Amino acid sequence: MESGIFFESYRQDLTLRRTPAQKIRLALVLAFVLVFPFFADNYYLTLANQIGIAAIGAIGLNILTGFTGQISLGQGGFMAVGAYTAGLLATRWGLPILVTIPLACLTTAAVGAVFGIPSLRLKGLYLAIATLAAQEIILWVVTHWEAVTGGTDALVVPPATLFGLKLGGRGADFRWYWVILAFAIFTTLFAANLFRSRVGRALVAIRDHDIAAEVMGVNLFRYKLLAFATSSFFVGLAGALTAHYRTIVTWERFTIETSISYLAMIIIGGLGSVSGSIYGAAFITLLPAVLNNLGRAFRDVIPGIAGLIPQIQLGVFGGVIILFLIKEPEGIAKLWKDVKDYFRLWPFSY
Amino acid sequence: MDLFIQLTVSGLTNGAVYALAALGFVLIYKSSDVINFAQGELLLVGAYVTFFFVAQAGLAWPVGVLLALAVAVVLGVAVERTVLRPLIGEPIISVIMVTIGLASVLRALVTAIWGPVPRSFPAFIPRDEVLILGAVVSADRLWAIALSILMLALFSLFFRLSNEGIAMRAVADDQQAAMSMGISIRRIFALAWSIAAVTATIGGMLLANIIGVGGNIAGLGLRVFPAVILGGLDSIPGAVIGGVVIGLLEAWTGGYIGQGLNQIVPFIVLTLVLMVRPYGLFGQEIIERV
Repeated sequence: MESGIFFESYRQDLTLRRTPAQKIRLALVLAFVLVFPFFADNYYLTLANQIGIAAIGAIGLNILTGFTGQISLGQGGFMAVGAYTAGLLATRWGLPILVTIPLACLTTAAVGAVFGIPSLRLKGLYLAIATLAAQEIILWVVTHWEAVTGGTDALVVPPATLFGLKLGGRGADFRWYWVILAFAIFTTLFAANLFRSRVGRALVAIRDHDIAAEVMGVNLFRYKLLAFATSSFFVGLAGALTAHYRTIVTWERFTIETSISYLAMIIIGGLGSVSGSIYGAAFITLLPAVLNNLGRAFRDVIPGIAGLIPQIQLGVFGGVIILFLIKEPEGIAKLWKDVKDYFRLWPFSY
Repeated sequence: MDLFIQLTVSGLTNGAVYALAALGFVLIYKSSDVINFAQGELLLVGAYVTFFFVAQAGLAWPVGVLLALAVAVVLGVAVERTVLRPLIGEPIISVIMVTIGLASVLRALVTAIWGPVPRSFPAFIPRDEVLILGAVVSADRLWAIALSILMLALFSLFFRLSNEGIAMRAVADDQQAAMSMGISIRRIFALAWSIAAVTATIGGMLLANIIGVGGNIAGLGLRVFPAVILGGLDSIPGAVIGGVVIGLLEAWTGGYIGQGLNQIVPFIVLTLVLMVRPYGLFGQEIIERV
């Protein structure tokens, strides 16, 4: 029966995983992630890769919306910037992905910072509407700047190679799994550590009370732009990975619906929680797939259900958002914490 | 000149519909501080419910329209009671997301019931062609403009003269003061949502009469934002003028410049307004600056 966690050295205080239970859980998750691709077939690998990319994008959005409190409806537009930058660099100049992906991230970070400028004057719902405008304007540029992006035609990206190893072709999902996993782990570690640093705490201070933060010496101008840039960097990473992994870039993938589903991920996962972003990404990615399989399974029992699957997916998506906001606004991260707390003190919980 | 008149009429038609949608939007925002991303879906539901009563159930259209408006009132009250009320006092992102979730649910319901394929709407407004200053204009567009003006006039009288309307303005002004005068805030919120649903239903059926019933009606919901921001989020005359200006701008850029520029001109205007004058033309200057 523990009464608290006590540290005896600074080293202990600085570690990310502190208790034995945390270490065991991390080991179990790592073991699962490392063993999973050897047993999964292509369908599950594709889902896993989608979750990985979504998790990177969701962490990016959570840095901005969950931690800094700046609502963004421009996620889809920023992902488009990342995807088209990476895709065009690869098709036009044949650059390798180790060059295209960082360049795409940096470009998106710059674009994100530019569209973050209104945040210096606007907040709350006015900012949300400004980012909605950003989304529409970016997507319009993408579909109408035909000389560069090819307009509404799909941009076909050549299969990527990494260290002389071809990532495309047969077994592409298996090879991409490791690439996406590496990027996802990098993103997770970066975000988890960011909010233990001076910069991260400044961002949280801005979310909690911007004027108080400024009084305490946080430069709002610098840190808000930094939040937009950092967030967009990872959103661009998600976009660039989508471009190379799918080997095709189309504007339909980056509409306002994309922005909404990423917002849903961080709401359902947990605003202001890095692990919550990952839970939310998994939930929102798996939800349509699970409903699809359920619909097929009950095809014979309930006639006509197969034709209704898209509507059911959309309705359940909306319903889950409403349900979480009303019942558990802090998301899956909070639910999981409650479960852990219950068992930590079990059977003598108070 | 012909082109100009045609574009202006079509811009005014769209503008009138935007104004109706924006009116509901502003009402909800003014009275309950909720920003409603489901306004376009309310238009969609209104259009389909009218379609059901008039075309599928075969009722005479005055009866069908009245029934559709009754459904809108019930829908507005139900949404306010079940979805919005638990979120009073929650952060703004929760409120935005809950209306987005509501929008998904409404869209899913509509396509599950009536299918995703657009259908033609039984024309209960005549579609003859009329000559104005030498330009050919379809009569249903003129009717839509006239009906919108009528509705907007009725609603402004309602806000000015009736007890309920005055109570709504009081709540919008100061909730605590209104409560201490014996106004039930809950009733006012429910009333705001049902009026929003009613104006959206009227806008939806006018639009459906021109472009048919289909999912693209909901897409117009996003165009409401430029209209309300331009006019001022909390100003009813602003919503009307903003809606008309945005409708005209769209029609003119679409006709004279083309290139699909009409799709984003509203959003460019929106960004400019937010940069220069975030409270819009007629809004109250209470926006928080950072």
